[in-house]
Amino acid sequence: MTALAALLMRDLRLAVRVGGGAPIGVLFFLIVVTLVPFAIGPDLNLLARIGPAILWLGALLANLLALDRLIAMDHEDGSLDLILMARAPLELALAAKALAHWLSTGLPLVIATPLLGLLLNLDPTATGAVALTLIAGTPALTFIGLIGAALTTALRRGGLLLAVLVLPLTIPVLIFGVAAANAAIVGPVPFGTPFSILCALTLMSIVVGPFAAAAALRQGLE
Amino acid sequence: MALIDLANPSRFLALADRVLPWLAAATLFAFALGLGQAYVAPDDYQQGATVKIMFIHVPSAWLGMFAWGIMSLAAVGTLVWRHPLADVAAKAAAPVGAAFTLMCLVTGSLWGRPMWGTYWVWDARLTSVLVLFLMYLGVIALWRTIDDPARAARVVAVLTLVGAINVPIIKFSVEWWNTLHQSASVLRLDGSTIHPAILGPLVVMIVAFTLLFLSLHLAAMRNEITRRRLRTMLMMRADAAAGH
Repeated sequence: MTALAALLMRDLRLAVRVGGGAPIGVLFFLIVVTLVPFAIGPDLNLLARIGPAILWLGALLANLLALDRLIAMDHEDGSLDLILMARAPLELALAAKALAHWLSTGLPLVIATPLLGLLLNLDPTATGAVALTLIAGTPALTFIGLIGAALTTALRRGGLLLAVLVLPLTIPVLIFGVAAANAAIVGPVPFGTPFSILCALTLMSIVVGPFAAAAALRQGLE
Repeated sequence: MALIDLANPSRFLALADRVLPWLAAATLFAFALGLGQAYVAPDDYQQGATVKIMFIHVPSAWLGMFAWGIMSLAAVGTLVWRHPLADVAAKAAAPVGAAFTLMCLVTGSLWGRPMWGTYWVWDARLTSVLVLFLMYLGVIALWRTIDDPARAARVVAVLTLVGAINVPIIKFSVEWWNTLHQSASVLRLDGSTIHPAILGPLVVMIVAFTLLFLSLHLAAMRNEITRRRLRTMLMMRADAAAGH
């Protein structure tokens, strides 16, 4: 347990101290959201209507941004070999790394959401709903992304291949995340229905992600 | 002959050489029968002759999913038993499956143009087949990024199984998404009310397409084994030329 806690603290420290961690993710999120009005025009009503979708797409892309370094960096400096040989199970170690990634990338996005909601003309209820769906849904994105990160690390390829592999798998999360946010704003479906499915997707990916990622690393790095 | 014996490529090649002509002949026969029946099948009273696109469209859709099933079985074979033939089967099935999925999309689009008035609607079924096609392309891309086939096979096997878990979830969520966003305005064929005069040829065509897939898959597996042998020989020759 202490080994996992140490791994979690190490990843968090790396994310905060080494440039390109949490602040860059939030900055990217902000830029994506800023670009949208330039593309579709400054119509506030339209922005309010598609605001949750924009925020979700921004979170999806910002989450993807830091993924290719999640395991690849450890592979480069050799610490992945230590994690592989450690007594703590690889699945739990990877889950700890994913948790650190979410705390340093996903959580700041949720915290930044109220500000961005303001820019997109979302009322407080809508902003709250989007923030709530993001806090429930972004762990799923991280844990699904963990599989892609492990696959591409095993193959020593990152970047676009990672996006191609991971994005189709995140479609259900996107659908139910945006659906829950919209349900809270305009209805007619009760908020609970899509939100429960979103939570179920998150829980499932927390279970499946570390196992699949560990399998990919064990099979791929020989 | 036990499954483990087929791990020897020479034995598998001998078996494939014996089976393939029969399989090809059965495919030709089934296609002759199916196409003949499809030709004389009556036109739909509403859709006219375009209903005959179904005889290609539906079997392609079936094979798009069938190929992923074959890949998942092969992935289990790769991860659990490290069966060398499973690697080859998984690799050979991916492009064939992708091709049938693309054929399903293209024929569906051509059918949609006269029936719905547009080449593409964001209908739940169309969308989930599109996602399936994208996932095939991801798997093929993953295969191509690595030289060592045995290592690539194990990594791709993980992705294939994750995909097998996800495909039903994606299908379900896309259906949910579609019913939420638009009412059922899209014309769709009701599966259960197909007239026997059309259902008969359709079943024959599905059998014919499945036989075609099996033939293509077996031939692709044979080619893949030959390709690997060739690669080993070239590497040995390069090794010898380098003077080791």
